[in-house]
Amino acid sequence: MSDTTLIVVENLSKKFCRSLKRSLWYGVKDLVSELSGSRTAKNELRKGEFWAVDNISFELKEGETLGLIGPNGSGKTTLLRILNGLIKPDKGKITVRGQMQALIALGAGFSPVLTGRENIYINASVLGIPKSEVDKRFDEIVEFSGIPEFINSPVRSYSSGMVVRLGFAVAAYLNPDILLVDEVLAVGDEGFQMKCLNKIGELKQEGTAIILVSHNMHTILTYSNRILLKAPDKCQLYDDVGEGVNAYKSLFLNKDHSDFEKICTGTDNVAFHTINIHSQTLRPGDAFQISLGYTSSISLEEIEIDVAIRTTHETFWHYQATNKTYDRKLAIHEGEGSLDISVMDLKPHNTSGRVSITVWQKNRTAMLFWWRIPVYFTGIPGSSGANFYDVVFDDTAHAVHSNTISNSR
Amino acid sequence: MKKQLSEVIYTPESLVRNPVKLVQSMFQDLMAARELAWRLAVRDISTKYRESVLGLLWAFIPPILAGIVFIFLHNKKVVDFGDVGMPYAVFAFVGTTLWQSFVESINSPLQVVNSAKPMLAKINFPREALIISAFYQSLFGLLIKSLLLGAIVIYFDINVSIISVLFIVPAILLVLLGIIIGLLLTPLGALYSDVSSSVLVFTQFLFFLTPVVYAPPTTYPYSLLASANPVSPFLNAARDILVLGTINNLTLVIIASTILLMILFAGWLIYRLAMPIIIERISA
Repeated sequence: MSDTTLIVVENLSKKFCRSLKRSLWYGVKDLVSELSGSRTAKNELRKGEFWAVDNISFELKEGETLGLIGPNGSGKTTLLRILNGLIKPDKGKITVRGQMQALIALGAGFSPVLTGRENIYINASVLGIPKSEVDKRFDEIVEFSGIPEFINSPVRSYSSGMVVRLGFAVAAYLNPDILLVDEVLAVGDEGFQMKCLNKIGELKQEGTAIILVSHNMHTILTYSNRILLKAPDKCQLYDDVGEGVNAYKSLFLNKDHSDFEKICTGTDNVAFHTINIHSQTLRPGDAFQISLGYTSSISLEEIEIDVAIRTTHETFWHYQATNKTYDRKLAIHEGEGSLDISVMDLKPHNTSGRVSITVWQKNRTAMLFWWRIPVYFTGIPGSSGANFYDVVFDDTAHAVHSNTISNSR
Repeated sequence: MKKQLSEVIYTPESLVRNPVKLVQSMFQDLMAARELAWRLAVRDISTKYRESVLGLLWAFIPPILAGIVFIFLHNKKVVDFGDVGMPYAVFAFVGTTLWQSFVESINSPLQVVNSAKPMLAKINFPREALIISAFYQSLFGLLIKSLLLGAIVIYFDINVSIISVLFIVPAILLVLLGIIIGLLLTPLGALYSDVSSSVLVFTQFLFFLTPVVYAPPTTYPYSLLASANPVSPFLNAARDILVLGTINNLTLVIIASTILLMILFAGWLIYRLAMPIIIERISA
């Protein structure tokens, strides 16, 4: 690996306009200033404009991979398109050395009516691969796409994954000095994604400088040497890949606690007054503890308690069980009391979630209590670059709980 | 072994400020665009015909229908089209066929660019390829229509010589004129759909301002329709060579061709400078 710098980006900025009509009109104005030669770097924003890319600087050397991450609509693709020379910067300067290839869209130029075979030639031509080269490698391309039986069918009969397969198979035969990869591979199935990532790894070995956009943090962690985190309002370069990924993940923590749901807090006979999730740093093997303090005017035998710790959108769970799972008999006694719940050895899978606690009367004939409480886990980057989540409840979570306790009566 | 890396620099400044580099890159890209242009043309033509039953017949139907209307008007003496110097039916059919080629070539660049928008927004390929592809497609249309022209000449038993084949030269220039008009309209047309709508209206209007179905007027100021109208010299030259084997406005054709090539270069320059700005506006 040599020290040749292939990309130099200096103070790059790009404006964007949300209103379509206005955007088109600015286009006409820019056109006139470009043709008259008066166009230069512009500092001021026109009405309705904002900086989509604001003052970014970085360099990329041979064999290096920059992971470009950030939420949807934060300007990642815009940045790639400026680097690829599709659109002009509004401020700053980009120097590109060597042949650049961008995988922003796969299967560009495909005609849905024509067959896969015909489209391979068209797509290759769009990417600048001459026909003679495609002729030589045609069988390899078909082989790599993994869809030889469909190669003579019109592309419109393909699934989106198949289109991407064919598109990537063509693009994979390029050997650029610089490769820009947008989130294009996500449509393919796992086997194909692996093929693609191996191809990217191969290019990296050969010294190709890569800018990789992905929402898959595992991919980012595996290939990147550095991270450029592009959020709508900030842009930060991280030399430490784990740190960059954590900063990205923290963007999605719901700080306003709007997910806090109190669906049912006690009945006429049973009042819950203290809900406590113990905020502390846990190590593997430690218990995660919840206690519900109550005042009851009656006694209830054989109650059931459901405890679940699910991801924020309930798509996945870290833990779920009821006392019946463990053959525990629980009861609410007349007067003051508390229900103490311990979840042993919790191993969360990602940084945020909600603890859902439900208390039922015997045989679930009535609900006594149901809250969903947001909790946060702090990720600790591991040495291999992968992220391991230690069970850490941060202070914000605790503050909310103490706060809600006073409101819970 | 260390290979020599090419270097490209992108800045906000207008490219016009460095004209030598600009023109250099234009011709580099033109060279690089050749194969792609051909491929895109083949793609669009095969796509068009694969979904069609009548296929090539669609190239013949509009000029034949238009021709029939004017032949009817002429034969019934509803309108006097003047002395056209050849059987009127031949004059009208050849005229409307050539006109149709011209109109299709005006629309072609904008159509090709508009349908390539998703590709333009995401891939850096020589933008010239689209216009050349539009030119190829219009040429293909002209070749198909030449079959119709040949059929007309044979059907009406016109005495043609080998020279008649040369009609293709002014006919190609006619198509090129259409492409250039289309090219000039493309930057604005890619932003605003008003442009393609107005082309529709404008070409219908232009049809009557061009001696397509009537003899070129000789008295001033009406003679301007034949001399100042850029379409007339090429259309008339093509028709005269095909049917009569002569050309009576050679000087005019040469002058018009020279102007045409200059405008072509200007149009190309504008198109090229406009592309990044258009791409910025047409895609999110």
